[in-house]
Amino acid sequence: MEYLSSFLFGGTLCLIGQIIIEKTKLTPARILVGYVVAGVLLSAIGVYDKILEIGASGASVPLTGFGHILAKATREAIDKDGPLGIFTGSLMGAAGGIESAVIFSWLAALLFRAKKK
Amino acid sequence: MQVIFLRSEDYAKLVEQKTPNSPMLKDCFFAFVIGGAICCLGQGIKDLILLFFELDEETAGTWTTICLVFLSALFTGIGWYDKLAKIGGAGTLVPVTGFANAMASPAIEFKKEGLVLGIGPKLFTVAGSVIVYGTVAAFFYGIIYYVVTTFFL
Repeated sequence: MEYLSSFLFGGTLCLIGQIIIEKTKLTPARILVGYVVAGVLLSAIGVYDKILEIGASGASVPLTGFGHILAKATREAIDKDGPLGIFTGSLMGAAGGIESAVIFSWLAALLFRAKKK
Repeated sequence: MQVIFLRSEDYAKLVEQKTPNSPMLKDCFFAFVIGGAICCLGQGIKDLILLFFELDEETAGTWTTICLVFLSALFTGIGWYDKLAKIGGAGTLVPVTGFANAMASPAIEFKKEGLVLGIGPKLFTVAGSVIVYGTVAAFFYGIIYYVVTTFFL
């Protein structure tokens, strides 16, 4: 069941992205930025936990899920450390994703050559 | 010669009818299927992690992200991810694998410029913006959250 909802929900988020690309000619970079910020906003108004219940990995794997983690970690850090959490929360929450992306992309750049296009 | 007068909205309708809409439908279909499949893969990885390790949901989620990022960087390196992206469009962009691809791809391309001036900065051509605007949004949300929870609750 979680696989079906992951597929449908994640697929729909990607479909929306595709429609945005075709209708507005926004570049992929802007789409990625838009999705992350949208995730932060949805988490801020408190609906992203509900979305995760419905969409399972279909809601956590897309970049809106990354935005949700930024916002959620900010909330938790403020609850724990007070105002310092405003500065430390988001990157602590995103650390796993960002650090792994840096490490594996860096390794990929060392190991592989650019393909001819 | 027959002359047809059309009002502008009729003309717009006519243009829409005559424009082949199948490429867009096809692109949307593949974006949906491939994006959905990547999310399913994430669900599968998460379930395997939860099966073999005693972890809470959140930690398993972070490990899932790390696994997906690893796979994405690997497939970007061997050139498969870009091939998939040609078919999948936003289906390969919106998942976190697209974020990793956006880091690995320019880094590989600008490898020849060196470790410090090539790979280092190029990792962040797209990802930099994502991280900046994600954290900026979270920062302002953090201020609001702090003010509200401290003074109003």
